[in-house]
Amino acid sequence: MSHTDVRLDTSVELPVERDALIGSAGRPERRQRGERLMVSKAEFRSYYGQPVLKSPPWQAPDIAGYLFLGGLAGASSTLAAAAELTGRPRLARGLKAGAAVAIAGSLYSLVHDLGRPERFLHMLRVVKVTSPMSIGSWLLAGYGPLAMLAAGSAVTGRLPRLGRLGTLGAGVAGPAVAAYTAALISDTAVPVWHEAHAELPIVFVGSAAASAGALGLLVAPDREAGPARRAALLGAVTELATAHRMERRLGMVGEPLRRGLGGALLRASHVLMAGGALALSLPVRNRVLTRAGAVAMIAGSICLRFGIFHAGVASARDPKYTVTPQRERLEARAESRRRRP
Amino acid sequence: MALDLREATGGERDPATAGGYAEPPERVGFFTDTSVCIGCKACEVACKEWNAVPEDGLLFTGMSYDNTGSLGADSWRHVAFIEQPRRLGRQETHLAPTELPPDLLRSAGGRTAVSLGLPASAPPDGHVAAAADMDFRWLMSSDVCKHCTHAACLDVCPTGALFRTEFGTVVVQEDVCNGCGYCVPACPYGVIDKRPSNGLVSKCTLCYDRLSVGQEPACAKSCPTDSIQFGELAELRERAAGRVRDLHDAGVTSARLYGADPQDGVGGAGAFFLLLDEPEVYGLPPDPVVTTRDLPAMWRRAGLAAVGLLVALAAVTIPGARR
Ligand code: SF4
Ligand code: SF4
Repeated sequence: MSHTDVRLDTSVELPVERDALIGSAGRPERRQRGERLMVSKAEFRSYYGQPVLKSPPWQAPDIAGYLFLGGLAGASSTLAAAAELTGRPRLARGLKAGAAVAIAGSLYSLVHDLGRPERFLHMLRVVKVTSPMSIGSWLLAGYGPLAMLAAGSAVTGRLPRLGRLGTLGAGVAGPAVAAYTAALISDTAVPVWHEAHAELPIVFVGSAAASAGALGLLVAPDREAGPARRAALLGAVTELATAHRMERRLGMVGEPLRRGLGGALLRASHVLMAGGALALSLPVRNRVLTRAGAVAMIAGSICLRFGIFHAGVASARDPKYTVTPQRERLEARAESRRRRP
Repeated sequence: MALDLREATGGERDPATAGGYAEPPERVGFFTDTSVCIGCKACEVACKEWNAVPEDGLLFTGMSYDNTGSLGADSWRHVAFIEQPRRLGRQETHLAPTELPPDLLRSAGGRTAVSLGLPASAPPDGHVAAAADMDFRWLMSSDVCKHCTHAACLDVCPTGALFRTEFGTVVVQEDVCNGCGYCVPACPYGVIDKRPSNGLVSKCTLCYDRLSVGQEPACAKSCPTDSIQFGELAELRERAAGRVRDLHDAGVTSARLYGADPQDGVGGAGAFFLLLDEPEVYGLPPDPVVTTRDLPAMWRRAGLAAVGLLVALAAVTIPGARR
């Protein structure tokens, strides 16, 4: 733990047993432990290396899982509706069933993650556009029953008209369900999530389209699988390209996207997604290859959400990512004031 | 039920007015003048007692005299302690080297004694010599919820559990909160947190119950040096500006206000501070911004992405369509 940096003796032989030099340095990198902090490159100052922010009190399986399931459900519903309208009933049916299962899973995760699950209906006390969670709750309240209706009718063959209503309704609401989750996590002080707010929605819908397309490939017969393959490829390319741009643009704040657990998950995600896309785009049509590619894409989509989740948490835990960009912002502002007095 | 973008877009309006109160009382807040804080933690104790805040863990942190660690669900006031080899204004430290008994020195493995900055307590019999060139200052600061003009926690709360009071403060309603935890990462100061024992979030209420009957908050009442001053915000800001001038005149050039500017990223804090070093040294963010300031941009991007997804998924089904 940290000790005072005030001492009567300034001998260089002194052992340094602290994580942060109070008021003059930050938390050293792990591999630097034991080195003298005076030579540390960390330029920012902090309170004993303690985080400035509170980390989200969310469980990764619940919330990262929800980010994935919500995307899968939303995009699947839309692809299902489009497939139905273009005469691909079996693709549509499989996707509707998948969407219903996914949305049920995400509702479970969301309720399970509450501190007071029995109060989940309090979400519907108010409508607040300043709260993506409020808007999301209303979205799910509308989309969930429609997706269930669509799936129920498609699987049992009953109530075709209501089923059609559910299919179209869920198809229109689906993209909103898939995209809003980006605003949900961006609308926090968590450095990585907040700073990524320009790209995150595109990354998420790309990943959602890829996972829905992959699901379609797993459930549809070959002659109906064309749209699913195209959706998967388009989604994968969009996700990979935008995620790449995001990681580059974020610079120092984006470090947690490259390091630690979050970084590892994201690297795995990119490999799986690119590998899956490659398998699907080969000119040879091979069932095993297609299925393997689809499974890889779904796994990649899951890893992406968990990677972004963990990178965000890591960026909230280290004061460096809070203090340094804000300090730079302040200095830039002071600089521009000096230029034009 | 209200479509509520007011908190985020209310500009420089009084937060209580923006929150829907027709004729609210004057906005109140705290001015915490850390230059007179003595680190007694009376505020922490008074807060716990008055608000029945549970125990927050008995830890030895090794961070000077700070064993509270940080603000949290069970710490609504937190006194930070920072030891620095710097002079405070023109003050002489009169610090003395501590002479350790030989066996203690041996058990320390030959390491040199480290002064904690405590004035030596040895008898005045000549053993103690003043260390003339040893500069030292001890910064103490009692941190608290900032009761932001544009409060991120309140903006993002999906249940309406967090609300703006008529005094312009921000308070959680325990019976409404469902523990979604969204407010926790939304706060740019890391103030609000979830209490594991009941699954709900909690933070400083600026003693809403006491304000309602014309009493000042418990921490301000108990502060023996008036480091925590409670009052009408406009008056506190004037008083604080005067105090900074006085300190500068006294040679304490490092004195500066934090959170007093209504133009800052949170529209000015209802609880602001006079600090003697950069905010991050006290664990405070140097330039906090309410996250919902960027929310319109986020909604635009999300909307764009959603429309893009709809169009793309429709487009991929067109080749080979049978109807
Ligand atoms: S400091 Fe944090 S908890 Fe307090 S009002 Fe501001 S955003 Fe809310
Ligand atoms: S945890 Fe409670 S107070 Fe915080 S955002 Fe959720 S419902 Fe609101």
